[in-house]
Amino acid sequence: MSKLIFEKSVSGRKGYSLPTLSDSEAACKLHIPEKYFATEVAELPEVSELDVVRHFTNLSLKNVSLDANFYPLGSCTMKYNPKVCERIAAMDGFSSLHPLLPQLRGGGMLTQGALEVLHDTEELLCEIVGMDAFTLQPMAGAHGELTGIMLIAAYHREKGNKKTKVLIPDSAHGTNPSSAAIGGYKVITVPSDANGCMDMEAFEEALDDEVAAIMLTSPNTLGLFNPDIHTLADKAHAVDALLYYDGANLNAILGKVRPGDLGFDVVHLNLHKTFATPHGGGGPGAGPVGVKKSLIPYMPTSQIVKRSDGTLTLEYEREKSIGYIAPFYGNFGIVLRAYIYIQLLGKDGLLRVSENAVINANYIQKKLQDKYDLPFSRKCLHECVFSATRQAKNGVTALDIAKALIDRGFHPPTIYFPLIVKEAMMIEPTETESKEDIDSFIDAMLEIAELAETDPESFHALPLTTPITRLDEKKAVKDKKFTA
Amino acid sequence: MPFIANTDEQRKEMLDAIGVSSSDELFADIPKDLLAGELNIPAGKSEMRVISDMQKLANRNANNLTCFLGGGFYDHFIPSAVDALSNRSEFYTAYTPYQPEASQGTLQAIFEYQSAICRLTGMEVANASLYDGGTALCEAALMAINITGRNRIVLDSGVNPIYRNMIYSYSKNLSIEFEEIEVKHGQSDRAKIEAALTDDTAAIIFQNPNFFGGVDDFSDVVEMAHAKGCLTIASVYPVSLGILKTPGSMGVDIVTGEGQSLGIPLSFGGPYLGFMATRMKHVRKMPGRLVGETEDTNGKRGYVLTLQAREQHIRRDKATSNICSNESLCAVRAIIYMSLLGKQGMHDLAHTCATKAEYAKTRLSKIKGVKVKKTTPTFNEFTLELPCDASIVVSKMIDKGFAAGFPLGRYYKGMDNFLLVAITEKRTREEIGMYAEALESVL
Repeated sequence: MSKLIFEKSVSGRKGYSLPTLSDSEAACKLHIPEKYFATEVAELPEVSELDVVRHFTNLSLKNVSLDANFYPLGSCTMKYNPKVCERIAAMDGFSSLHPLLPQLRGGGMLTQGALEVLHDTEELLCEIVGMDAFTLQPMAGAHGELTGIMLIAAYHREKGNKKTKVLIPDSAHGTNPSSAAIGGYKVITVPSDANGCMDMEAFEEALDDEVAAIMLTSPNTLGLFNPDIHTLADKAHAVDALLYYDGANLNAILGKVRPGDLGFDVVHLNLHKTFATPHGGGGPGAGPVGVKKSLIPYMPTSQIVKRSDGTLTLEYEREKSIGYIAPFYGNFGIVLRAYIYIQLLGKDGLLRVSENAVINANYIQKKLQDKYDLPFSRKCLHECVFSATRQAKNGVTALDIAKALIDRGFHPPTIYFPLIVKEAMMIEPTETESKEDIDSFIDAMLEIAELAETDPESFHALPLTTPITRLDEKKAVKDKKFTA
Repeated sequence: MPFIANTDEQRKEMLDAIGVSSSDELFADIPKDLLAGELNIPAGKSEMRVISDMQKLANRNANNLTCFLGGGFYDHFIPSAVDALSNRSEFYTAYTPYQPEASQGTLQAIFEYQSAICRLTGMEVANASLYDGGTALCEAALMAINITGRNRIVLDSGVNPIYRNMIYSYSKNLSIEFEEIEVKHGQSDRAKIEAALTDDTAAIIFQNPNFFGGVDDFSDVVEMAHAKGCLTIASVYPVSLGILKTPGSMGVDIVTGEGQSLGIPLSFGGPYLGFMATRMKHVRKMPGRLVGETEDTNGKRGYVLTLQAREQHIRRDKATSNICSNESLCAVRAIIYMSLLGKQGMHDLAHTCATKAEYAKTRLSKIKGVKVKKTTPTFNEFTLELPCDASIVVSKMIDKGFAAGFPLGRYYKGMDNFLLVAITEKRTREEIGMYAEALESVL
């Protein structure tokens, strides 16, 4: 059993060194009254540096990761994260820069390099997705969604529109309805049609003067592009409802179509998906938000502006701004990596991303569609969604298939999402995977399908190759043990 | 270079297998008139060229200033092992641990992080991280409103002004009422707070040490709040908890803070780490992911994401928060940092910072015209009263090679001559001496 770092603690052992205080410093007594002091020291581990290094190195080896394994987690765009981005983000001039410097008189001139990264990234993203302005402050996709909803609310407030609802398709990510609700709106769910797109009739029925926005992702979570998107946008705009683009699936259409040209008014992008920044085991990411002209006045504090002499500065006073949504400029280190990625790829490289991502996904869809049910049998874009209903009849669920994949050295696809597909398995290979690795995955999936016929019982004990076997999730809920 | 492995020949094979003659057919659902023209962005560059271009940009940022600037974001030393371990791609190229058997590394590290945050703050349960200290405080305010069913928040003006602005932005579309209490002589004003706490107040929010650097014991404020059925929310600086009384022992209900000082670089504002801890009785109202301990089919201990019924992917518009991706890698850095420093180290670090700050206060108060408030106890940051506008002094100090501190006039009326100065373990006695000389020369 793997010990916790706290269980490796040996009284008196140390893993740190601090600079020694000079005599004159040490002679200074703290002027803090006794009652402000802690009565006991926090029980943090007492371990050596090697203890720590060995502990976390061994922990890391218990992760399946993109660098070691094919990781076709649908909707998450687990593409390769170029190493040079890490190297540059660690440069002193970026990593040690204090975020309050630009607020000091004359301090902005000391951060021109960082401001240029931000300014250029804003411009590049505007061009790539066809918007008029960007804010890089949102620190994740969901944060971007909330920012977008706040911008939409400010727009309607200013116009005196009485808006109370946001329309969201039933195939949407959970963050969409959650962000809309936290932004103060009532969520109306619109069903999908037989083609997997938002049902046009149901949409028109739900659309009235009180609709503030429609939140969509394109292609949607089934990997399908809605060919009626422009009609939908026109209908929304006719009642002054704004169209919100969830950029989770931008990788499918990068450089091919620009959400701004499709009629979207607000977009958020996930730099950790489309722009190759590392996922960090669950973050940090970045969720910049782009808007059309009509929403620029409401953009969050602060905004980067170019002075007539070409230098960059930050504007803090904008009357109609929604205010601060982040303390500074967002996850600068992540934006920086995305900027580097765009520099490396350039316009031709970006175009090749979507093309190859879509070929890879369709290839998998084609190769697996005889053995797994395909609920929407159209050509997909960057991801394909299968259903394990056929296997489930033998008692082999999507979860079982996921565990069988882990034993074969693959990270499983996203399972049980989108919610509208039973036993869903959402496979997104991304453009950076080679045909050989994809073929190995396909072989594993075919072998698993075969085994689901011949030996369905064997699945329930899987995985067998991992540091632990299947965990009792109910026990975790019941025991509520959240600390050592 | 788009990092694409497949050759033209392989692409052709794959297209043949799919049954199309070109990739354009795969995009057939997209109406032709919606296709983008050529993007107006530069061509791709080589890795070597990008490194040299980016080095030039990095050089245009001042990284040679000696840093006395804090304001909630501190120039602490980061032990080499933090970078070495968090740069392991097994950590940074994985994603959310939805498949626990394939993610025990991240899950156990986060469980340990949650444990360390609880021990440091004296609380019972901590989540797996939020974006930063500011959004964590906003989430805490919404959580308190959710728990109490009340919609009024009392906000102490000693809370970081940027965080207060964030709270106002986030609540613009929700009907939340605010009352802000001005600090008196650098400390929270008990009389005004007591008057402001009403039966319909959801929570009072305060910060320790406060934005002026002042430390406090909020036990009495907690008592006042609880008497009215209000919750208490404290935003804290984790390093200070190496010596200061924990919010847990003061009876605080929700604790949040910025974890940047736990081994995370300043990096121009992010990525940082929002932490949150609370009482077990509130765990179901807590936002964000949570790792719990359980057993596998062989009875072996393991870790999973748990109580997910609070979260957006299950509860959608009824979730406690919309957060999905958090700051997991930063939390991993924080637990590595806290493990290296350990029990004695966190104490010694806090003591070193506070002692150096006392030394700096003594040294700087010897400068003619410079006053340090002696009455308010401080930790590693303190307020200087200068004989002239602090923002001008700061700009002159930049020329001398110092980020001299934060001029309080930017956010507080009538405090134009006040400068907030931060000291960490990195500042040497010599640097403090040179700072004092430079300050003397520009006044």
